[in-house]
Amino acid sequence: MKTQRNAELGLLAFAMVLVAAYGATVEAGRIGEITPTFWVPAALLSVLFLGLHFVVRYTAPYADPVLIPAVALINGLGVGFLRRLDIGDALSEKEPIPGVFSGIGGRQLAWTLIALILAAILLLVVRDHKVVSRYAYTLGLTGIVLVMIPAVLPASISEVNGAKLWIRLGSFSIQPGEFAKIALVSFFAYYLVRKREVLSLASRRVLGIDFPRGRDLGPVVTVWLLSLLVLVFEKDLGTALLYFGLFIVTLYVATERASWLIIGLLLFFGGVYVAYLLGASVGGPFANFYDRAQVWLNPFDNENYERLGGSYQLVQGLLSLGTGGLFGSGPGGGSPRFVPEVQNDFIFAGMGEEIGLFGLSALLVLYLLIVERGLRSALAVRDSFGKLVAGGLSFTLGLQIFVILGGITGLIPLTGQTTPFLSSGGSSLMANWLLIAMLLRISNAARGPAASGGGTDRAGGPGKKAPAQLHGAMTEVIKP
Amino acid sequence: MNAPLRRAGVVILVLFGLLFANLNWVQAYKADDYRTNDYNRRVVVAQYERPRGVIEAGGQGIATNKITDDALKYLRVYPRKEVYAPVLGYRPVGLAATGIENAENDFLSGESDKLFADRVKDMFTGNNTGGGNVLLTLDTKAQETAWKELNDNERDVTKGAAIAIDPRTGAVQAMVSMPSFDPNPLVSHDEKAAAAAYNKLNKNPDQPLLNRSTAETKPPGSVFKVIVSAAALQNGYTTETEIEAGREYRESGAVIRNSEDEVCPGSQIDLKAALTTSCNTGYARLGVTLGRDKVLAAAKAFGFEDDQLTVGDLEGSGLPVAMSDTGKMANPDGSVDKGALAQSSLGQRDVRMTPLQGALIAATVANDGEQMRPYLVQKLTSPDLRTIYTADPKTLRTPVNSQVAGDLKDMMVSVVENGTGKRARISGMEVGGKTGTAQNAEGADPHGWFIGFAFNDKGEAVSAACVMLENVPGGHASAEAARIAGLIMKAAAGQGGN
Repeated sequence: MKTQRNAELGLLAFAMVLVAAYGATVEAGRIGEITPTFWVPAALLSVLFLGLHFVVRYTAPYADPVLIPAVALINGLGVGFLRRLDIGDALSEKEPIPGVFSGIGGRQLAWTLIALILAAILLLVVRDHKVVSRYAYTLGLTGIVLVMIPAVLPASISEVNGAKLWIRLGSFSIQPGEFAKIALVSFFAYYLVRKREVLSLASRRVLGIDFPRGRDLGPVVTVWLLSLLVLVFEKDLGTALLYFGLFIVTLYVATERASWLIIGLLLFFGGVYVAYLLGASVGGPFANFYDRAQVWLNPFDNENYERLGGSYQLVQGLLSLGTGGLFGSGPGGGSPRFVPEVQNDFIFAGMGEEIGLFGLSALLVLYLLIVERGLRSALAVRDSFGKLVAGGLSFTLGLQIFVILGGITGLIPLTGQTTPFLSSGGSSLMANWLLIAMLLRISNAARGPAASGGGTDRAGGPGKKAPAQLHGAMTEVIKP
Repeated sequence: MNAPLRRAGVVILVLFGLLFANLNWVQAYKADDYRTNDYNRRVVVAQYERPRGVIEAGGQGIATNKITDDALKYLRVYPRKEVYAPVLGYRPVGLAATGIENAENDFLSGESDKLFADRVKDMFTGNNTGGGNVLLTLDTKAQETAWKELNDNERDVTKGAAIAIDPRTGAVQAMVSMPSFDPNPLVSHDEKAAAAAYNKLNKNPDQPLLNRSTAETKPPGSVFKVIVSAAALQNGYTTETEIEAGREYRESGAVIRNSEDEVCPGSQIDLKAALTTSCNTGYARLGVTLGRDKVLAAAKAFGFEDDQLTVGDLEGSGLPVAMSDTGKMANPDGSVDKGALAQSSLGQRDVRMTPLQGALIAATVANDGEQMRPYLVQKLTSPDLRTIYTADPKTLRTPVNSQVAGDLKDMMVSVVENGTGKRARISGMEVGGKTGTAQNAEGADPHGWFIGFAFNDKGEAVSAACVMLENVPGGHASAEAARIAGLIMKAAAGQGGN
């Protein structure tokens, strides 16, 4: 099989040309002229991505060639848009055009560097994805701790815009949940590989559908409760949906049982509905969720609009998107600063005003491409653990994109997720690049020669003991 | 495991399909809605991207623009502040405008169909040529005189209004209201400061935001005798017809006395003398003799009970004019309440009138009984000063024929020459008018009114005016109004002012 690394290089070059062109049109649209340094951010990004490309070339030569260029393009456009915000702010403050390394655009550039270094380290250290399964319980525990930290912290440290998803220390803030999803997917994958037999075979047949035994429902109920706790204490439906969705999907993929999906969806939406009713009648910890649902249902209602923490943000985002229309006002031609948090959650709305429906559709297709490429690796890889990890990570990424973009376009209640690779901020960028690195690693195993997928004598891990075959791992015996 | 993975891929496809469909809904189907939504700040910013048209009076810009360096490019400036504010109104950021700024908003902003060609031209040249200009009929000298004299009145009255009209065309020469307001803070780009300024004005008990010349009605007092006179002259009376008068007249519980004992104490007085001396008992009896229907018909013929009138351009948009009203003069069973009729004939009881209506009555008399529709907008010009619209004076109604108008004119001239309106006299001009002193509330000082007209030495009716002063202390409430009206008409005739 071909490595297709040169194809990756070509696509990457094309992506960087697009990023440079975007930077030039931003300057033309905002400043009125193209400065001699318009190409610098694109060139710096090219150097960074080229570095990752070489790491991949030597550690994962058979990795999917589309992933890096697609992600690099989104990441580059994100940096370009953030720099566009810096330029716009400077112009309205009558200040000189900021340098490439200043402002949120410069910070995003630095975060990209750090994220890529982390991704490269992951590729260098983890030469075989199955190694990860050894640390499954550690990762699982880490994941749960990461999820729960913001919930137990006081609101002054963890709450932003009504959602407790953060750890904020001064000007520095991270969203631990972003990292948690990778850890949790790895843990679920390991757990389910071990339990899949018992979960998929032992069943009772009701109405033509196989339902699992009551005693096997334990883990599902645990995760369900966990995600509902997230919903209530972190006040965020999107995050709850994300964790529960990723568990249900890995469970379904592992067991091939549609009944798990049915149980999961019923449990989740039932829980959400009960939370909504409780919010309406009891209030307390559920009130926030009820409020958000009201904002979602009637964003243009004057009372919701004027209320603190009401629909102002959502409405401004929708107006921004609507103003953009089909073609948009052109990069640099809009007024993204009318949208609060346009550099974070609402970056998609801010960009939508300038690149229009056609531009956003292209972005959506890029995201879809990344997710489907990840799922393809999951299909092609030979071991169950790899399948579950790649499938789970890809699906989670897709679900997160759905949750945030659906939120800002009014499709579902708005939640505080970041837009992967686009939003300003380090945690999101680092976590999602780690996710991509993991997908690269697994796709390398999937697309590479069979020998390298088996993991018996990988050239990459000299001196190390090959990881134990997961297929041979102990499996619970079904007791009739 | 591959089958469920494929299905997961399908789920993702469906979710992205939903996103895409919803994005189409937001960015295509709802785009126009959102683009022009009231909550959309871009709408406001776009309005300020091109200069709004200038409003001029007598070659002087009274609503102009200043280039700023904040997000909203052009700031509206009203150089003469309070003087023109009741006419111009103001246009706050993100809220509806008032006054002419509101009535001619489409034209000033450049969005009017009349400026379509200019917008198309802009599209090709890439210019932002701004909105069309509005030229008002206001005579700057008359306006400044009215403002100055009203505010410097000799009785320390704090509330009032003055308006002057060209009787031949209906063009408004002056329109002031006291107290007025400075519109500049209200259009500040600092919206919080603008809202604070508005709230302060809005809470002021003297209602500075109210245009008293068009939007407020007050009892007109004896000014209404002109209407009763018109009703009499149309029904067989002449200026010499003797009518019953006397010191006192009792009718159905109402007691009518004259303002002073010397006024028409005899049992008979001719109509002209009755108006000249403002004989209350005579007019109360005359109203009752004529009957309610004839008095009401005359009032209506002059413009009472009209709630549709606007004063702006002659195509229908302008400042709304409050309805002047005679009241019902009826008992609860619907029959004529003669006591009320007697009092109403003196402009008391439930009779209410705007100063604009007062000026219209005088203007009608001066224009041979033809009432011209009042207007404020003389001309609309495109940004490159092409004339788009010129006011073409229109007859609003003809309440009396020229015979009756001539008699009324004689009587009203007599009022100024020999009677209660002497202070309105202007040297070298023939001035007529009628005073009014209106009781309004128990213990409160009466309102002083004067309506009048002036003919120049060529015999042309050059101006008709109405001045209303609220709660004038110290007796002879109408004398000060008459004096001010004389000065305004003199200025409007080009003979006074500064």
